[in-house]
Amino acid sequence: MSATTPDLDSLYQEIILDHYKHPLNAGLREPFEAEVHHVNPTCGDEVTLRVHVTDGKVVDISYDAVGCSISQASTSVMTDLLIGRSVEEAMGIHEVFLTLMQGKGQVEPDEDVLEDGIAFAGVAKFPARVKCALLSWMAWKDATASAAATSAVEPVETKEKQ
Amino acid sequence: MEGLLPELEVIRKDFPILQRTLAGGQPLVYLDSANTSQKPQVVIDTMVDHLERHNANIARAMHQLGAEATEAFEAARGKVAAFIGASAEQTIFTKNASEALNLAANTLAWAGPHQVGPGDEVLITEMEHHSNIVPWQLLCERTGATLRWFGLTDDGLLDLSTIDELINERTKVVSLTWVSNMLGTINPVRMIADRAHQVGALVVVDASQAVPQLPVDVEACGADLLAFTGHKVVGPTGIGVLWGRREVLEALPPFLGGGEMIATVTMAKSTYAPIPHRFEAGTPPIAEAIGLGAAVDYLGHIGMDQVHRHEQTITAYALEGLATVPGLTVLGPREATGRGGAISFEVDGVHPHDIAQVLDSRGIAVRAGHHCAKPAHARFGVQSSTRMSSYIYTTPAEIDALVDGLEYTRSYFKLG
Repeated sequence: MSATTPDLDSLYQEIILDHYKHPLNAGLREPFEAEVHHVNPTCGDEVTLRVHVTDGKVVDISYDAVGCSISQASTSVMTDLLIGRSVEEAMGIHEVFLTLMQGKGQVEPDEDVLEDGIAFAGVAKFPARVKCALLSWMAWKDATASAAATSAVEPVETKEKQ
Repeated sequence: MEGLLPELEVIRKDFPILQRTLAGGQPLVYLDSANTSQKPQVVIDTMVDHLERHNANIARAMHQLGAEATEAFEAARGKVAAFIGASAEQTIFTKNASEALNLAANTLAWAGPHQVGPGDEVLITEMEHHSNIVPWQLLCERTGATLRWFGLTDDGLLDLSTIDELINERTKVVSLTWVSNMLGTINPVRMIADRAHQVGALVVVDASQAVPQLPVDVEACGADLLAFTGHKVVGPTGIGVLWGRREVLEALPPFLGGGEMIATVTMAKSTYAPIPHRFEAGTPPIAEAIGLGAAVDYLGHIGMDQVHRHEQTITAYALEGLATVPGLTVLGPREATGRGGAISFEVDGVHPHDIAQVLDSRGIAVRAGHHCAKPAHARFGVQSSTRMSSYIYTTPAEIDALVDGLEYTRSYFKLG
């Protein structure tokens, strides 16, 4: 009897465990234009997330999060990917990650776009964990939308894709 | 091992699901019975037989099948009533425990001798399942009453030091769980009920985790209303029970209006059927009720004293085994005495989801999350926990598998 099914290792990629142990950009920082608090009602995972947007650019994403390895690593990877991009580029990456997560394991991840985010391809095969991976991504989109709405510096596409 | 059910291996054979294997050929180690219990063959067969041979609507069909279905449904009510020391008239079938508790909380908001109003207090506890919190929050919001609660001690017991202040002349309802679904704590229901009755308060007991674990005598426990669900007592989902004292049930206004709950209906006004049918509007879950009847027969045959003893033995063995896992902290009482068969715990450095995921890869089913008891988790400063819960088919070898699985989880996440 093998100790694990192969799936377990496809879920818990080394990249994910590394980000879980050493999360990037953690902590809440100032300045910020919007702060949101998102929860996963089924498991109780929580994230408080702030965005700092200037001239259409994602200058900072800071956060305080409690949750499983998947949700924590996903938050870390997201901040690493999106900070420094234009809001438009970041929204594009968000779309690609969302498509990967909702692809039931059938979508081939694009490493050029997602970088470390490709490690989450295995998560898509575990329906119960997809929400964990998406928690902070949804929080970021929400926060960015309200930052745009309050500052009105740069109009941002805020419509939720169903 | 002293205290286990003597026919444990025979009992295990009664539950067909325990024979199946999971991905990778792993045998099933089912430690999630506080979530829902597995079903013995006799419950499955009883429901199938009803659907294959006796299916008809009840209490309204004037044919042989209708008579058979009605008789089976009411016989099931009688079995369930006998199982909890009740009379059949006072045993109401609901959809689940949540519906039973909502029935109580809703009808107490409406005009009647027990109506809750502004200035009244409703008292619950910090260890309730959400289904015994939210209905009372709604009641208080709708009536202007105030919600209060017993806090918890560090050991996971009710903090009764404030009982004199909490149960006072304004207290209209005291609603509490008999056995905690998260901490496992068995609460002193009778003592609290006696205190509540001294100030004229109604006592509502959530017995969802108690009826599977303990011999329950509704008359002796001090409750005025008591709720539980069928699927945790080896019965099917979709069927629950609300028991009430006759004078309380007769004083409560109807809950859902519709078929079967009426005596007569005119366009201007309706009159209502006597209890229990007054609270059973519409076609009930018939096969499920009949399945529940078979389930309590099955448990009654084993004997609830024996079931409780088995659960205490397994729980003691599990507490011992869990204590050997480095970094593991049990939430709730550390002794098996005074506990039900659910043990929630934390492991330093691994999130409950990740624990459950790794255990699942070894065929071990536990629950991870807040177990619908967020306030109790918050009380202990944790966001979520892992919970193992045993039942009549649980063996010491399965507890060993859990402990091994937890050791493996720690090594998988590279903890010491």
